[in-house]
Amino acid sequence: MLWYIGRRLLQVIPVFLGATLLVYGMVFLRPGDPVAALGGERGLPEAVAQQIREQFHLNEPFFVQYLYFLRGIFTFDLGPDFTGRPVAETIANAFPVTFQLAIMALVIETVFGIGFGLVAGMRKGKLFDSTVLVWTLLLIAVPTFVLGFVAQIIFGVQLGWLPVTAGRNPDFESLLMPAMVLAGTSMAYILRLTRTSVAENLTADHVRTARAKGLSRSQVTNRHVLRNSLIPVVTFIGADLGNLMAGSIVTEGIFNINGVGGTLFESIIRGENVTVVAIATILVLVYIAANLLVDLLYAVLDPRIRYA
Amino acid sequence: MTPRKRLMGVGATLLAGSLVLSACGGGIGEQTEGDSEAVITVSSGEPQNPLIPSDTNEVYGGLVVRNIFSGLVYYDVNGAVQNEIAASIESDDNVTWTITIEDGWTFTDGTDVTAQSFVDAWNWGAYGPNAANLTYFYEPIEGYDEVQVPVDEDGEPTGEDPEAETMSGLEVVSDTEFTVTLKQPESDFPVRLGYTAFFPLPEVFFEDPEAFGEAPVSNGPYTLTEWDHDTAITVEPNPDYAGDRVPQNGGVEFLAYTDEDSAYNDLLANNLDIVTNVPASAFATFEEDLGDRAVNQPAAVTQVINVPEYVEDFQGEAGLLRRQAISMAIDREGITETVYDGARTPASDFTNPVINGWSDDIPGSEVLEYNPEEAGSLWEQAEEMDPLGDDYTLFIASNADSDHQSWIDPACNTIREALGIECEFDAYPVFDEFLEARDNREIKGLFRGGWQADYPAMSNFLGPIYGTGAGSNDMDYSSEEFDAKLTEGNAAETPEEATEIYKEAQEILFQDMPGIPLWYYNTTAGYSEAVDNVEFGWDSDPILYQVTKSE
Repeated sequence: MLWYIGRRLLQVIPVFLGATLLVYGMVFLRPGDPVAALGGERGLPEAVAQQIREQFHLNEPFFVQYLYFLRGIFTFDLGPDFTGRPVAETIANAFPVTFQLAIMALVIETVFGIGFGLVAGMRKGKLFDSTVLVWTLLLIAVPTFVLGFVAQIIFGVQLGWLPVTAGRNPDFESLLMPAMVLAGTSMAYILRLTRTSVAENLTADHVRTARAKGLSRSQVTNRHVLRNSLIPVVTFIGADLGNLMAGSIVTEGIFNINGVGGTLFESIIRGENVTVVAIATILVLVYIAANLLVDLLYAVLDPRIRYA
Repeated sequence: MTPRKRLMGVGATLLAGSLVLSACGGGIGEQTEGDSEAVITVSSGEPQNPLIPSDTNEVYGGLVVRNIFSGLVYYDVNGAVQNEIAASIESDDNVTWTITIEDGWTFTDGTDVTAQSFVDAWNWGAYGPNAANLTYFYEPIEGYDEVQVPVDEDGEPTGEDPEAETMSGLEVVSDTEFTVTLKQPESDFPVRLGYTAFFPLPEVFFEDPEAFGEAPVSNGPYTLTEWDHDTAITVEPNPDYAGDRVPQNGGVEFLAYTDEDSAYNDLLANNLDIVTNVPASAFATFEEDLGDRAVNQPAAVTQVINVPEYVEDFQGEAGLLRRQAISMAIDREGITETVYDGARTPASDFTNPVINGWSDDIPGSEVLEYNPEEAGSLWEQAEEMDPLGDDYTLFIASNADSDHQSWIDPACNTIREALGIECEFDAYPVFDEFLEARDNREIKGLFRGGWQADYPAMSNFLGPIYGTGAGSNDMDYSSEEFDAKLTEGNAAETPEEATEIYKEAQEILFQDMPGIPLWYYNTTAGYSEAVDNVEFGWDSDPILYQVTKSE
């Protein structure tokens, strides 16, 4: 087991280098001159622009710039961005709230997705099942920003039940509505995945055997049906953590949450390469960690799977 | 376009939003008794630079800096210049200016505001190696060139230090008096002095500009209490403030919003007091939503389509006819009504209605009226002289990261109909890519230009854009006649006289059409039921000190 984890962690190194190089290459190829944009329509004096380019090594060839970036990563000093603010500080500001939002969304989609999915799967074809299916279809079909705006107007502006935006002090209450909106689509997928999986397992041989042994209904459901049905669901949820963190840009915008999505978008527009690559790298690491966790969970859910 | 220029790049709507108004303010009624402890919340964004006046060239930082600092003069709600720290600003020849300042002004660290505070601040901003963003504002001052970083023929720094550390044109006479010598007459120099670049700085700034930029020591109506990055900036009234703009509230919180729609929804729910930019999605409804709490007044931003001199199709006699034809083929009324729901006003000159002396009947301005028949026949005439063919495609270039397609498409439609040619939006994905193409003279047709005034003077809309070799003259337009008018206007004895000369300069522009004025932006803003006495200035800034809030 430990050997397995160690080997997986070693794989992080090439993935990390490859990912940073690839992302850095892509932002490097972005056309335009971010330094020129600092001066807007009026433009910066040439001497000022030159000074900024030199400070950020923008006149150097690609690989030299990339090495500067790696040096920044390994010395834990990414330096300042164009506005003079440390990149590390920008990132440290953005991640906690996004992480909180992603975890809340993850809990919401897991609890409701698996819960309703289980019930729907057990009662396949009944009224509850059909109703839930129609609702999930709606959630999947309606784009997140529509869902977000509608929820904001109805529950925030008109009914006043929840804060309209998270703004300055994002707490549990003000993040609840964004988390639900963010969780919407994934919850629908988890629900459908669970339902199908449960419905399939209900007719599986081992479940019939368990019933024949005279186990109670709840024992059969919990130990034999649900546990076996969770493997595809857990795979989905693991991959989804990364999506929730990287893909919350729309939700963050609507609810004015100063998180990773907005920071990443702004940085791309402004050509803040170091910030973009650093954030992308952290997201890659989150994906890797989540995937490792999922693989380890397989062993817990299915005793037949052993890692060595 | 300086102060808010970034906006242009980052979000079209931002720029659009950050407007102004002049005369028709949102109606201040009788003074309402407010709660002087209440803090006003205002929608804003994260400043792009440290809060150093001569470094602040975008709207979010600018709004804060203009509220925590006081300069020699300030602009009132109508854009008129009022003395603040200055006791007098005088000149006999528009070249040498004698400036005296009032006693009794202090910075929040207790030190006095003296003539030296101004001279040192301006010298720092002008000194090349400091790379201040607003450096070009000091360019007219004698000795500016000597404090710049020496460059070789290619514009590469030679690595040497500037010849001088301070500008020879600035001289301190006493604690309360200094003189400014300019390179040439500039009749509107006093008008510029209200701009952030000309604010004073305390001694402590020069010890550590970086730390100062995070926590400025200032002398204005407010003083900074907290800068919570990406989230909010809080200011409270400055007890030592010695001017007329005394805060009528307990402070201001500038809240960072990344999305204008969310700020607007917060306003509707009364969670936010002042929205400085109504989102485009609400243009059609905001006046109904907010009633008399909606603000819709002209702003100091003018949108044009520029005509590069290096594009052959628009040169010579036939080229001029084509410029006129395109101008007459654009339905400005229709677009400002249907696309912008009245949040833009069709242009009738090259400057802007918030400027004193503006008029809509400059000879030649008829070319801005929609007249498809005349446009078609002008294009025909041009075709006879120098045919481009029926399958000619006109390109209008702009950045696509802000919302310009929404007007370029309808403009192209009427151009197609009137002129019988093809017309296309030539999109550059991001603003800096668009700027680069302009700098490198690579635009293949016409291109969008937007200009926001730095200070309320007509010259600010003309010289920096259409003067020969001017920094923002990406068209390479050059007219001796026009340049002569600019020089003449600069030397005029009174602002009124200067205005008349600048109008004559505009007649020349209407003859040459280096740009095709489209429309003026409006300041579209709003405020909640909790606040009163909300007005927006000529520069689209809310006038915060007078706002009162009832709980």
